[in-house]
Amino acid sequence: MSADLFQSPPNGDDDGTVLQKRVDRRRALGILIGGMAAGTQAVSACSPLSAATDEERELKHLEWQEFIQKHYRRMTEAERAETVVRIERLAKLRLGVNVTIDTTGAQPGVLFGYAFNISKCRGYRSCIEACINENNLDRAADTQYIRIFEMKDGPVDLDAATATYEHEVPAAGHFYFGTQCFQCANPPCVPVCPVGATWQEPDGIVVIDYNWCVGCRMCMSACPYWARRFNWSVPEVPAEVVNPNQHYLGNRARRKGVVEKCTFCIHRTRHGRLPACAEACPTGARVFGNLLDPNSEIRWILANKRIFRLKEDLETEPRFWYFSD
Amino acid sequence: MHFRAFLLSALRSVTSGERRYHLWMGSLTAIMLIGAYGYSVQVSHGLGVTGMSDHVSWGLYISNFAFLVGVAAAAVILVQPAYVLKDVDFGRAVLIAEGVAVSALVMCLAFVMANSPGTPTKWWRLTPVIGLLNWPSSMLAWDVIMLNGYLVLNIVIPFYILYSHFTGREPERKKYVPFIYVSVVWAVSIHLVTAFLFAGLPARPFWNSALLGPRFLASAFTAGPAFMILLLGFIRSQTTYDISEKAIAKLATATTVAAQVNIVMLISELFFKFYSPTKHNINARYLFLGVDEHHALVPWIWTGIALNTVATIGLMIHPLRRNLRWLMVACAMLFVGIWIEKGVGLVIPGFIPTPLGEIVEYTPTWVEVTVTAGIWALGLFVLTVLVRVALPIELGQSRSPYIAGALDAPVVRPRTTRTYPKDVRPVRTR
Repeated sequence: MSADLFQSPPNGDDDGTVLQKRVDRRRALGILIGGMAAGTQAVSACSPLSAATDEERELKHLEWQEFIQKHYRRMTEAERAETVVRIERLAKLRLGVNVTIDTTGAQPGVLFGYAFNISKCRGYRSCIEACINENNLDRAADTQYIRIFEMKDGPVDLDAATATYEHEVPAAGHFYFGTQCFQCANPPCVPVCPVGATWQEPDGIVVIDYNWCVGCRMCMSACPYWARRFNWSVPEVPAEVVNPNQHYLGNRARRKGVVEKCTFCIHRTRHGRLPACAEACPTGARVFGNLLDPNSEIRWILANKRIFRLKEDLETEPRFWYFSD
Repeated sequence: MHFRAFLLSALRSVTSGERRYHLWMGSLTAIMLIGAYGYSVQVSHGLGVTGMSDHVSWGLYISNFAFLVGVAAAAVILVQPAYVLKDVDFGRAVLIAEGVAVSALVMCLAFVMANSPGTPTKWWRLTPVIGLLNWPSSMLAWDVIMLNGYLVLNIVIPFYILYSHFTGREPERKKYVPFIYVSVVWAVSIHLVTAFLFAGLPARPFWNSALLGPRFLASAFTAGPAFMILLLGFIRSQTTYDISEKAIAKLATATTVAAQVNIVMLISELFFKFYSPTKHNINARYLFLGVDEHHALVPWIWTGIALNTVATIGLMIHPLRRNLRWLMVACAMLFVGIWIEKGVGLVIPGFIPTPLGEIVEYTPTWVEVTVTAGIWALGLFVLTVLVRVALPIELGQSRSPYIAGALDAPVVRPRTTRTYPKDVRPVRTR
């Protein structure tokens, strides 16, 4: 099981020796500065005015470790295990919640795809609610990955649509059109990142290492589908509603000043489950599956329905199709 | 020995001066402190205290950044003639231009830092060895390299020349001219790369245009020299540092040409966006005309266009351009006009409406305004310090006391850079 959990990092890490050298130098720096920080902490601990408890000191130490941690893709399996323990402990210290951090990698022979039936969606937004709960989205800022646009019957016209409707649905003469991160095969958000904090996994999911993101928001400007969200303030997720089943690249706690986005519920789908939005949809408008499985429902839809994608002219190749009955 | 004397003399030049000099530096410091307070609020609460949102994810900071990269790049307008083409008229002005470049770059870096408050501590991730610089695919990674490289070039070259003069030697051309050539190409590149940062995003049709890079350069070569004329005019009226009339006249010509090209490009842009309107041009419609009840930027952009047009026409009238006072007014108008056009009118409308057609407008909060003012004060502070150090050396008033035979000469001129009272200043004719 544990061997399963810590799969070797995906492509690009075969120059391990070079990376190892870099790591050593950086580690040495980390230990050096960390030692200095520990020294100052020791001094402040001796001072009678210091009210720091053991837990506060541990929190400070872990936050420092988190600050100097490596890029996720450059971590060895041991380092990933260490990081997981640290994140779990941090969740306990900060919120008093026991969470488990999953690092399951992409499964062989899997490429995720999504299809959205615009003739079935009735605008209930159950998917949005499920997404918020599942992905530990910031309740204070009301962050949402999914948008459901209400459009007048006729052409798909986003400019004339509204996503902020507040009335009973479905409204007569209207249809509903959902968007979220499309996990494009050619994602424009990935190459623009100055620090390589976002990338595409072999199963097609575009992910972010929240601990590596510097918060420049270049990727937000690059996304043609407005799929990325920023933590403008400290995200607030009350302890009692935290979803404890978390993935490092998915729904784990974010800090302020980093970008996040839909990951097709990476913590569920990599274990063969549906994304929360697809499971929550009461109308069956959402079809999710493995594009490499010829017997999957999504393959049947792609083969038998009239399908289209948003802004095909940009050649982003979304793995998210629209169809109607 | 020389170096210590250089630092001491520089410190003296910077800390001594007339009352109004201290008043100027004092006010700048006060504004910087207010900005620092705004920044501290932003650091502790996150960017939620700004007017930015998921819809408009860049605001005043990146706007000012885009504008100031242009001001920095515009130093090339003086550097190239002075060093490469050996234009004697620009010989004295060029050090000032490099000072402007340095202070503009300091502001650029400060604005980038303000835009993502995590950066000062997270910047190690951008270092190639210990971090991960996503070069060459990320334009932002290019920009990091370009800006820092340009900053180094613009510090090292003038420092070498000033230090040589300070120690009583003539700077050796073969030692610095190669770097000048690099800096000339580099100057154009920093601004092109900054334009590519925006232009390379098909997601934002408002920016996704081949004209954006050239237009960035045209507006930069308008606003930069315009600011230089203002500064040189001021230095000329306040000190004995002889900036020739010819130098200012040449700069005025360069500014005029750039301003004309800038207006031609604006017309081209307007034609393109409005003659055959498509869905891709809705951002331009929002900027210039407003969409439905949303038109926050409309008064801004037309003010900017009016300022630029009036100033450009004025500069094309020879008697007006040759009149220093009018020239300064026109340059101030151009500087503000370009700031509006490029700051307010370029970055923000790229986000309104969003790629999904939703319109959320943007208004900066007091935090952004104070931080922005603080960074501008920082830039002016740095510029004042640089000019203050450079002028006495170039005037031959500040020399190392360790130069052979220089020991009995006064080392640093006392207190002020003005050598004689106002009333006996030589009368300038024009």
